[in-house]
Amino acid sequence: MNDWSRALSVDRAEAQPGSGATFSGNRGLQIEEKLIFDEDGPGRCGVDLPEPPPFKARLGGIERHGPIGLPGLSEPQVIRHFTRLSQKNYAIDSGLYPLGSCTMKHNPRLSEKLARLPGLADIHPLQPLSTVPGALELIDKLAHWLKILTGMPAVALSPGAGAHGELCGMMTIRTALEARGDPRRRVLVPESAHGTNPATAAACGYAVDSIPANARGRVDGKALEAKLGPDVAALMLTNPNTCGLFEDEIVEIAAAVHRAGAFFYCDGANFNAIVGRVRPADLGIDCMHLNLHKTFSTPHGGGGPGSGPVMLAAGLAPYAPLPWLVHGANGLELVEHRAGPAEAAIGRLKGFHGQIGMFVRALAYMMSHGADGLRQVAEDAVLNANYLRVLLEGELSLPFPGPCMHEVLFDDRFLQDTGVTTLDFAKALIDEGYHPMTMYFPLIVHGAMLIEPTETESKATLDEFAAVVKSLADAAHAGDPARFRAAPMLVPRRRLDETAAARKPVLRWRPEPANREAAEAD
Amino acid sequence: MRYLPLTEADRGAMLKAIGVASIDALFAEVPAEARLDGLLDLPRVAGEIEVERAIGHMASRNLAAGAAPFFVGGGAYRHHVPAAVDHLIQRGEFLTSYTPYQPEISQGTLQYLFEFQTQVALLTGMEVANASMYDGATACAEAVMMANRVTGRKKAMLSGGLHPHYREVCATYARFVGFELTAQDPAPGADEDLVPLIDGETSCVVVQNPDFWGELHDWSALAEACHDQGALLVVAVTEIVSLGAVKPPGEMGADIVAAEGQSIGNALNFGGPYLGLFASRDRFIRQMPGRLVGQTVDAEGRRGWVLTLSTREQHIRRERATSNICTNSGLCALAFTIHLALLGEAGLVRLARLNHTAAVRLAERLELVPGVRLVNRRFFNEFTVRLPAPAAPVVEALAKKRVLAGIPASRLYPHRPELADLLLVAATETVTGDDIDRFEEGLREVLS
Amino acid sequence: MTDLRFTKDHEWVRLDGDLAVIGITDYAQSQLGDVVYVELPEIGRRVDQGKEAAVVESVKAASEVYAPVSGEVAEVNDALAADPAKVNADPMGEGWFVKLRLADPKQLDALMDEAAYQRFVEEQH
Repeated sequence: MNDWSRALSVDRAEAQPGSGATFSGNRGLQIEEKLIFDEDGPGRCGVDLPEPPPFKARLGGIERHGPIGLPGLSEPQVIRHFTRLSQKNYAIDSGLYPLGSCTMKHNPRLSEKLARLPGLADIHPLQPLSTVPGALELIDKLAHWLKILTGMPAVALSPGAGAHGELCGMMTIRTALEARGDPRRRVLVPESAHGTNPATAAACGYAVDSIPANARGRVDGKALEAKLGPDVAALMLTNPNTCGLFEDEIVEIAAAVHRAGAFFYCDGANFNAIVGRVRPADLGIDCMHLNLHKTFSTPHGGGGPGSGPVMLAAGLAPYAPLPWLVHGANGLELVEHRAGPAEAAIGRLKGFHGQIGMFVRALAYMMSHGADGLRQVAEDAVLNANYLRVLLEGELSLPFPGPCMHEVLFDDRFLQDTGVTTLDFAKALIDEGYHPMTMYFPLIVHGAMLIEPTETESKATLDEFAAVVKSLADAAHAGDPARFRAAPMLVPRRRLDETAAARKPVLRWRPEPANREAAEAD
Repeated sequence: MRYLPLTEADRGAMLKAIGVASIDALFAEVPAEARLDGLLDLPRVAGEIEVERAIGHMASRNLAAGAAPFFVGGGAYRHHVPAAVDHLIQRGEFLTSYTPYQPEISQGTLQYLFEFQTQVALLTGMEVANASMYDGATACAEAVMMANRVTGRKKAMLSGGLHPHYREVCATYARFVGFELTAQDPAPGADEDLVPLIDGETSCVVVQNPDFWGELHDWSALAEACHDQGALLVVAVTEIVSLGAVKPPGEMGADIVAAEGQSIGNALNFGGPYLGLFASRDRFIRQMPGRLVGQTVDAEGRRGWVLTLSTREQHIRRERATSNICTNSGLCALAFTIHLALLGEAGLVRLARLNHTAAVRLAERLELVPGVRLVNRRFFNEFTVRLPAPAAPVVEALAKKRVLAGIPASRLYPHRPELADLLLVAATETVTGDDIDRFEEGLREVLS
Repeated sequence: MTDLRFTKDHEWVRLDGDLAVIGITDYAQSQLGDVVYVELPEIGRRVDQGKEAAVVESVKAASEVYAPVSGEVAEVNDALAADPAKVNADPMGEGWFVKLRLADPKQLDALMDEAAYQRFVEEQH
């Protein structure tokens, strides 16, 4: 039996004093909203389009016959529908969003304004390049900023998000090894790595070897050296790692990897901790993807779009995917085919040129901060995380004592014998008005809670958050597990039955079967 | 610094609470040789005025589609997006929210993705769709890999009418993931017979409708031939508005549809971010890549939605995932959902008719220009013409006259001289009679 | 009394005539959580000891089920398609996965008996 079903027996009046059922099913500003398919008005339309003039169709008999089944709504209905939906979402704009390794920082609105300039939004990737010199200039500027910030000489800009960037990076590494006649079969990945790392390595045809963490939460250098050999193509490391800790042996690790003839890939998801203070090139990294939607604040958008440019060392640069932006004899040129400088490119990873709309936003962000602002970003991010660490380390359990970088990792030992799990604790946080931290990741500690506040949170917010977390920890120790298992209570939907969703998947709306009257009429 | 709330006083108090003298102490683990003591060689902080001026200047150097007669297609199309769409997607609860891993406080995102999945399934005539992929080209590569998983085979065959970027992306994945690809040569205006090329080792055949040249096909017979051999039919659609007028792939027997959704709700954006649509049959759902939103009930029995079938995905299956995709195209999917909700059945059908009419009118006018011949038998809103001269210089010359006249085939096929005089031309509902006049006049001038 | 044997990966195997019935233990199902789907092999497939015979999925995990012994797949538990919850409710009985035609009965001898498996599980904590 699921834990959540036991919650139904909790006295709801206690958790929601004064709230009763309403006739409408709404609860004040929390408004129930149907699906658009439940609001169909046949023939109704929220867009006024002119009547097409009479013409002779040239579809050649391949017309659609029969309805598509899309509902018809007016503009007021559509605006109300999606406005109500938005009100059911938590967001960075609503409050602290302490997800680890996601870098949920404030999204500047200037970026949205500039991304919508017609000269950037209303240009086609395949219109003559002579008509879009400003677009090429913008891409070049972004590439320049990224190269200076990372110290790396080249960047592949087309990948659509971080995981895509990882794939790109591993493809260039594999190509470089094949080019020197030394294809290798294995990739080393720490146990604490994000799931995209081993998934990417496997997708690229490699066998994945896990490296355990040491007692200090860093990758076990000895275990790593033991696994290095002529069969290893690359090490994929995240730095700072997913425990929020700087891999202090990274320079030695890089040297060992290079001695073994392998490449050093770095997952740049946590670049926010070191931007402006450390250049990955100086750590011996050969290849690193960046998440523009993390460090450079392009909006998360409920799950994308992102952008995952990949920084490349000189040995990997020749293999970058198309297209390339090069400084040619006549200025900036976009190289779209394997020729000339791009002879050895691995080909295309995506249609067209890349996530240009995200480049505009990232560049606006970088230019707004500047070299000094970006350095301050890393410092404030690390400061905020450590401040939370000292506020909470008395009550919560730290698996790796000592300073952290931009995120702090707790485990569930402090909940031992309370009957409250990490999941329950997180759900109780929701009732307090916070999005939970990352739970159960990384896998190397039990019941992980990974908290990344980012630099755009004020001290007051952190003080309030820590106070609430401490109160919840106290409540857990006071022996009130039912309160946690019933959480969240004060939300548009309580805990949802994920088991039922997976056992009998219902992945789309379907029209009701014909009603009995119609059937009888036949 | 306007985005950083900490004051110097705050920082001082926090450092004291942590018990360190300065922020440098918290960076002590960085190896000495890698520590940057000063600022990098980049400009300093800039206010909105300066940033706007700099980026605005870059924007002003470009000829925007709205500022000229515009006929460029080739996999990305200029449609009018109603004002309501951009307002709604910029609501902070949509713009600045994350992947809906905590469903209790993400029902907004989960509900619109459920609506999106339904819309995509309805449009394509398929049974189920996922919550989006990066773009049509990567969706196409993922479709081939899914077909490989389903059939247990490793040989995919690509039509010559498939968008060259889609073919190139499939080729990149084939090389590294480890499967075989045979791609037919592009043959605009000719009939391609793929049936004799399918055998018991074919995992899938990939075709496009309308194809890269704008030609329309009924792939029903091909679907049967594939199924006879135990292979799957993958249909790519680069202009999703076509499904307002054209028979959908689902009714032709497609097993997987990989499409580009940019045309609905999303601007051209010089190539991205775009919106990959991915649809298939119920019996294949466990082999589908990408996120899926499923309906369920909460603890009070109320209908709600969650991410489901996650065990296929990278964060659980790790090495054995169906795909490594994590972040996808959420906000672009929202824009699509809103725009299509505004259009509805009647609006999409009318929009498709307007597109087709515009293209028919344009084709008739261009055929009046001496030496210009229409290659297509059928088309939706895009077609190919053969010019009496190489198309690329013609397009450049027309661009100087501020007419964006389409795409020379040589832009995508630079090594095929037999295609050099082909021009790909699109006309959407945004094209006016005036635009068509200027195109015809300009073309006559340039060709004379 | 059927002779039940166990593996370190928390599979059980029991002889039923000349067929070896295989499933996952109560400990395994409790670790997995609610089972949502089971992927079973085709009849006639040969599986080797220690290699993947099936996949069991819960909401939060997907786990390979390894064959405790080598053999040919003779029967699979089709009832699990409609009701994967059987694996949680009755893992040692109605929640069985696969029946193999045993290649080498001696392989059973090397596996843990019930007492040894209980000790093994206790050590996990």
